[in-house]
Amino acid sequence: MTTVLERVTKVVVDRLGVDESEVKVEASFREDLGADSLDVVELVMELEDEFDMEISDEDAEKIATVGDAIKYIEGKLN
Amino acid sequence: MGKLDGKVAVVTGASRGIGRSIALYLAKEGAKVVVNYSGSEQKALQVVDEINSMGTNAIAVQANVADVDSVTQLMDTAIKEFGSIDILVNNAGITRDNLLMRMKEDEWDDVINTNLKGVFLCTKAVTRQMMKQRSGRIINISSIVGVMGNAGQANYVAAKAGVIGLTKTTARELASRNILVNAIAPGFITTEMTGALSEDMKNAMLSQIPLAKLGQPEDIAKAVVFLASDDSSYMTGQTLHIDGGMYM
Repeated sequence: MTTVLERVTKVVVDRLGVDESEVKVEASFREDLGADSLDVVELVMELEDEFDMEISDEDAEKIATVGDAIKYIEGKLN
Repeated sequence: MGKLDGKVAVVTGASRGIGRSIALYLAKEGAKVVVNYSGSEQKALQVVDEINSMGTNAIAVQANVADVDSVTQLMDTAIKEFGSIDILVNNAGITRDNLLMRMKEDEWDDVINTNLKGVFLCTKAVTRQMMKQRSGRIINISSIVGVMGNAGQANYVAAKAGVIGLTKTTARELASRNILVNAIAPGFITTEMTGALSEDMKNAMLSQIPLAKLGQPEDIAKAVVFLASDDSSYMTGQTLHIDGGMYM
């Protein structure tokens, strides 16, 4: 079974066009992965689709790193 | 072969006036059209019938553009029915004219909510779909009075000027995703809305129009087709004045 980390990584690689090796848990979308503010909005949209969940604007604003996204999604799935 | 074959368009306030003409012209170029209406169901269904008889598809969807749930439902229906939204025409508008000193708060609020907040809500609701598609056209119907000002229409003018600012900002935010956003500022066009004006007012207006006549809804609809098609692919954030030269 694919883990949340693997699925998030795939979305990030597809959306931001970065190398898989760059997608570390502590990596910030904007600082480390070159995303602009609109990219982050899109990324959240794609995570919503991938995990079939709604992420409120308030929650989305707190998601800054790959780890934040994984933690948030795991929290919602459990 | 139309210029908009296979495209899906949502036109707000499409049962009457300029909106109706826009819906018909988009369909004539091959677009599938979601005919939004607020109260005039019969008239919306007539527009749908007319479009279906041209050999393309249309559906009528009731929604109040000033209400977020209603707008969400409108766009969801469009996507469910036709699979995408390529063109949004924010046309729905109302008037509640009064002199500033007499204008009641609810007259102000009603017009701002429908004519300005409605554009914001509809735009926000289609952005997700258009960003995923990496393409889209948003065409906002402003008004020449939004550029010039007009006595007795503080609420309407404020809303229509706001739409021009909103157009420019949306254009800047979404340009990188190939979503083009432009506005049209019609002058005096023959519709029920301008039909309500007195003869004196109409004559006063005509004297200010170099082309010396009122415009027709088709004059606006043809410009919408231009802004929705590949013919305008290098323009965004602009406002086209279609007003017989009234404001230059």
